[in-house]
Amino acid sequence: MSSLVKATLIMIVLAGTAGSLAGAEDLRGPETFASITNQSERSRALFVEAGRVLQHPRCLNCHPVGERPTQGNDGHPHSPLVVRGADDKGAIGLRCTTCHQNANYEPSGVPGHPLWHVAPKSMAWQTKSLRQICEQIKDPRRNGGKTPAAIHEHMAHDSLVGWGWMPGANREPAPGTQAQLGALIAAWIESGAACPAS
Amino acid sequence: MSVTLNINGTRREFDGDPDTPLLWVIRDDLGLTGTKYGCGIAQCGACTVHVDGQTLRSCSAPVSAVAGRQVTTIEGLASPAAKAVQKAWVALDVVQCGYCQSGQIMSATALLEKKPKPSDTDIDHAMAGNICRCATYQRIRAAIHAASAQLAG
Repeated sequence: MSSLVKATLIMIVLAGTAGSLAGAEDLRGPETFASITNQSERSRALFVEAGRVLQHPRCLNCHPVGERPTQGNDGHPHSPLVVRGADDKGAIGLRCTTCHQNANYEPSGVPGHPLWHVAPKSMAWQTKSLRQICEQIKDPRRNGGKTPAAIHEHMAHDSLVGWGWMPGANREPAPGTQAQLGALIAAWIESGAACPAS
Repeated sequence: MSVTLNINGTRREFDGDPDTPLLWVIRDDLGLTGTKYGCGIAQCGACTVHVDGQTLRSCSAPVSAVAGRQVTTIEGLASPAAKAVQKAWVALDVVQCGYCQSGQIMSATALLEKKPKPSDTDIDHAMAGNICRCATYQRIRAAIHAASAQLAG
């Protein structure tokens, strides 16, 4: 193989790699906000940064307001037509598990996780402002009874949340990493868990 | 690595890659060609089988996912709901080209086994993942209602 061909192949591989990483945006860490001396302001800024994950399509698609989850970066209705059903795991005869298996499945491109399901309506995020999402997350009546520590545990370690960074196929991952989100949420809680103005 | 399957009540062994789509194993290795390949991306429903009584798109599941579980293909349907569906499908002349119909029947049977008196909305939601290019949808709906009536006696 000539050196020109080798160089061309290397460039093609690097370009492909860069393309797949291009969608993986960075997430700023809590230290970036340390210079904000007002605690409430710093707390709000931390949540706004975390909001880049919460309002990313990989998360938003499964936090619908209505009966149907969405897909893609443009949030189009899930194809085929599926509904949350009585238990947020699909309708009778067409459950989430009809198509979604325990892991992303490359031959079909269908994403997967052992606990694939739609977030309950109390945790709907689509069409909500970041402030409304923040207030929902903090409200034990709407967040599944979670304490601040449990909220952090969920964000930092829940494996279905973690799918957002390992979506498979050509799906753009959420920004940063789950560990970075966990650090932001921890710092947000420590600073008083203030919600953004809008 | 061998995967032990229970297909239509019969124990079968598969010695290939455990990540092989179940659909390929059903058709190519076990010779059960009633289950069809339509799209390979879980968009058409032609590959539908039952696993432990629930529908599964076999193009979108590795064979390892059904190890030790009860898999039923179109060839193995035998429940009262299945017989009612098959009878209604014939009575109402549902089938045109037939390619999608294995999947349609599998989904319809799964619906009726869980909900013997489905509403039109239940039918919409259960059958939405089964596409028919011949557009026999109205007859499918009518046949599900007819099968339901038969089950009710």
